[in-house]
Amino acid sequence: MSKYIVSVIQNIGHRVIESIWRLGVGSRFFLLVLLKSGTSLRRFNLVIRELYFTGVLSLIIIVVSGLFVGMVLGLQGYETLQKYGSESAVGTLVALSLVRELGPVVAALLFASRAGSAITAEIGLMKATEQLAAMGLMAVDPVARVVAPRFWAGVISMPLLAAIFSVMGVLGGYLVTVVFIGVDQGTYWSQMQSAVDFRFDILNGFIKSCFFGVAIAAIAVFEGYDAPPTAEGVSGATTRTVVTSSLAILGLDFILTAFMFRGVS
Amino acid sequence: MQRTTLDLWVGIFVIIGIAALMILSLKVGNLNLSGSTQSYVITGNFENIGGLKVRAPVKSAGVVVGRVTNIQFSTQTYDAIVTMDMDSRFLFPKDTFASILTSGLLGEQYIGLSAGGEGVMLKEGDKIMKTNSAMVLEELIGRFLFDKASE
Repeated sequence: MSKYIVSVIQNIGHRVIESIWRLGVGSRFFLLVLLKSGTSLRRFNLVIRELYFTGVLSLIIIVVSGLFVGMVLGLQGYETLQKYGSESAVGTLVALSLVRELGPVVAALLFASRAGSAITAEIGLMKATEQLAAMGLMAVDPVARVVAPRFWAGVISMPLLAAIFSVMGVLGGYLVTVVFIGVDQGTYWSQMQSAVDFRFDILNGFIKSCFFGVAIAAIAVFEGYDAPPTAEGVSGATTRTVVTSSLAILGLDFILTAFMFRGVS
Repeated sequence: MQRTTLDLWVGIFVIIGIAALMILSLKVGNLNLSGSTQSYVITGNFENIGGLKVRAPVKSAGVVVGRVTNIQFSTQTYDAIVTMDMDSRFLFPKDTFASILTSGLLGEQYIGLSAGGEGVMLKEGDKIMKTNSAMVLEELIGRFLFDKASE
């Protein structure tokens, strides 16, 4: 019996040590990527190539889901606000919830599953097929040549995608509430403009999406580089990228929101 | 894929992204491109601010002329000191009356200024002397019941 308890505790300890160790390796890898970004910034066409795959190809899903999220927000917001006779505030509701929270967070979740998983799978497969080792043999640093451009492409495209998501959402809300339901379009825009502050709402949302971009890109490249060089390893790493970055996004979002909108006392 | 088409698509993507940011700041938000407007700070003591919050608008004749930047409690006079950031295009006389009003029945509270008749204008750091507290529903009902009972 006591043997069993000891083994359970050992198991817990082992897992904790393992996860802290991975966190440390991940942070060191993140610093390494930052240190070796010089090449990718000098040869910017490497980043542009990755921007095409992470940014441009994510556009469709971001635009469509932004539109639908905005339309649903408009519908639900109208249904609720109309009970209190304040359906003119629906523009404010849509814009504030998109700019502050839904834009950065949902765009980041979509980005993690659309682009983050692709980055991990690509790097992991390159490692499994020993392309990274071959690069090392040719005195080409795989971190500088393969990892850093993907990291920077993720960091650059995330805030842009979040902004596009928010704009599409506002348009979707406009489409449903003004065009279909018939809220006055002047009140939709003017209530929105008087409630949404540039520094307080839009800039904070932008900063959030930058943080999310760094987190997703860092997790994706680390999981890919760290993946065991087998088919199973790569698939596991891809799953871990999506799970870890989604959790990281939500956790970071809570912390950032607490700092931005409650202030530090 | 050809290098030029790649560049083209990425260029389009970045332009759309920056355009989205611009739309957010100009159309959705309230950023003014006409440069940061000059402002001056005035304060006012209110007996009761009700639900007034920082960043609430200061309006005169329904037009936004400033914003509340700070609300503090004074331990000397036991009332609230409200600091307002006013657009310096709009100057108000010294004897301007400030009251806390509510937009609509359930709307947000704001400060309404009604200009007085004095020639001297309020300037940076001045204090509005004439203020009117927020309307508190309980007090209002209480007063109403009291009046009814005494009839």
